[in-house]
Amino acid sequence: MLRWLNSLMAGLIGLILAAPILVVAGVSLNAKRSLDFPPKGLSPAWYAEIFTDPGWRGALVASLVVAASSAALAVAIAFPLAWFIWRWRAPWARAFEVLGMAPFILPPVITALGFLSFWSTFGQYGEPWTVVVSHAVFFVTLPLVTLSLGFGAVDRSFVEAASTMGADDRTVLRTVVMPLVRPYMISGFAFAFVLSLNEYIVAYMVAGFTLETLPIKIFNALRYGYTPTMAAVTVLFVLLTAAVFGLIARFGDLPRLLGAWIKAD
Amino acid sequence: MIRRAPRSLGEHAPILFPALMLVVFFVIPFGLMIAVSVARRIPGGFYEPDLVLANYERFLSAFFGGVLSFSLELAALVAVVAVGIGFPFTYRLARLPRAAQVRWLVFLLSILSLSEVIIGFAWSTLLSRTAGITNLLVAVGLMAEPQSLSPSFGALLAGMVYQAFPYTVLVLYPALARLDPALVEASRTLGASPLKAFFTVVVPAQRNTIVATLIMAFVFALGSYLLPQLLGRPQHWTLSVLITDQAIYQSNMPFAAAMAVFLVLVSLALVGLSLLFGRKEEA
Repeated sequence: MLRWLNSLMAGLIGLILAAPILVVAGVSLNAKRSLDFPPKGLSPAWYAEIFTDPGWRGALVASLVVAASSAALAVAIAFPLAWFIWRWRAPWARAFEVLGMAPFILPPVITALGFLSFWSTFGQYGEPWTVVVSHAVFFVTLPLVTLSLGFGAVDRSFVEAASTMGADDRTVLRTVVMPLVRPYMISGFAFAFVLSLNEYIVAYMVAGFTLETLPIKIFNALRYGYTPTMAAVTVLFVLLTAAVFGLIARFGDLPRLLGAWIKAD
Repeated sequence: MIRRAPRSLGEHAPILFPALMLVVFFVIPFGLMIAVSVARRIPGGFYEPDLVLANYERFLSAFFGGVLSFSLELAALVAVVAVGIGFPFTYRLARLPRAAQVRWLVFLLSILSLSEVIIGFAWSTLLSRTAGITNLLVAVGLMAEPQSLSPSFGALLAGMVYQAFPYTVLVLYPALARLDPALVEASRTLGASPLKAFFTVVVPAQRNTIVATLIMAFVFALGSYLLPQLLGRPQHWTLSVLITDQAIYQSNMPFAAAMAVFLVLVSLALVGLSLLFGRKEEA
């Protein structure tokens, strides 16, 4: 009885979580320019419009470029920091770790406003590249967390063995540590990539008037009324996001990345 | 490789780049925001450095008090609902076979990373007249004709719980995945029903986790800046919306910054409190 009730509850929660996406997916297939559900007539035209309409295509490309470069920059910031904390006994370096976690925990509007004050003070307000730097710092938490877990999982006896045989830090990093932490680095990149792709407020405050990313484009379009194209873009985003997390789960240890390890000591 | 304190400049070199990036692009913007919050506003959208507290004095107005208390109440309600559903859900989730757990986690992560723009759009579609759930109620004969359920307080609450639920589950997940199964087994051996074991053993054992998660969900909900605009009415605007509105549309950066500083203080105090509860759990 209880087991049955549990499955029912889980099913219900799953259904409620999926419901908005399912309705949007249905709406995106409408033949006419209307938001009906169930859709009236079936047409893939709205999906084609994302790629043929210069506005939507431009926003898609801008989003992908910003997400890929800011995720790469976030990893470039997180990797040396996580490595340094793992390699050396330097408690003071933890302060930088806390700095890296802060933007993710605080309400996003705070970070957004901080960047707005910063870029306008230095006269760079509205430059597209500022979004890349802002997103990289905003999302540095994710590669920082995954890489810290990754370094923590490296068996130090491998490192001892390598250095006893005469390998210096650089060689140990390249031949022993790097292959072991690579999956964590890729997960960190993927997390930052997906979140940057979906991020609105920081991108909007920093360069919303000059660079239109997809979330900004959707929000601007919302003001002129809802169209099935927005529904199609939403479905595309959900699929892309789920695919990235699916890949992380396929090649990495997702429960462990999310903190489900058993304490060894 | 001996793990000792770094000595030479060369040994310190790797941390230079990350430290520089974080200081220049996080600490300095933060400091600037505090400086702007005490700047004097010049009509026309600019401000000049000064040390005035006028922006903070505006907090004492009835309007601001109303927005603040509404924001706090809404965030508290969202946190309670999300943890109330999320705790039993996560407890079951952590006991599923690994493959099923991974599927749920991918699903939850996908929803968690969805843009607020997309969540707002999806919920307003789900609650709309033409595509919404009222059509379903009409089809089964419970309602005469479809109607729009958004914008309304209910729509806003649903959207915000939807947004906070995956976050709550992922915050609870580590603690519940590491919960010692022997605890529940012992109580079951002694004759407690599964429900009784859950409420008299699991919930009390995780009391601090629950409090810490409530606070985290509360801070998360405080950060919601678009859903009140998309799913609520103007009287449902929260502090985050007001900050965005002042900064972008009213061009009043000093006042927006003052509110943001206030929001930081509230959030930091709460996060500190939740860390305190989290630490007790480990002790």
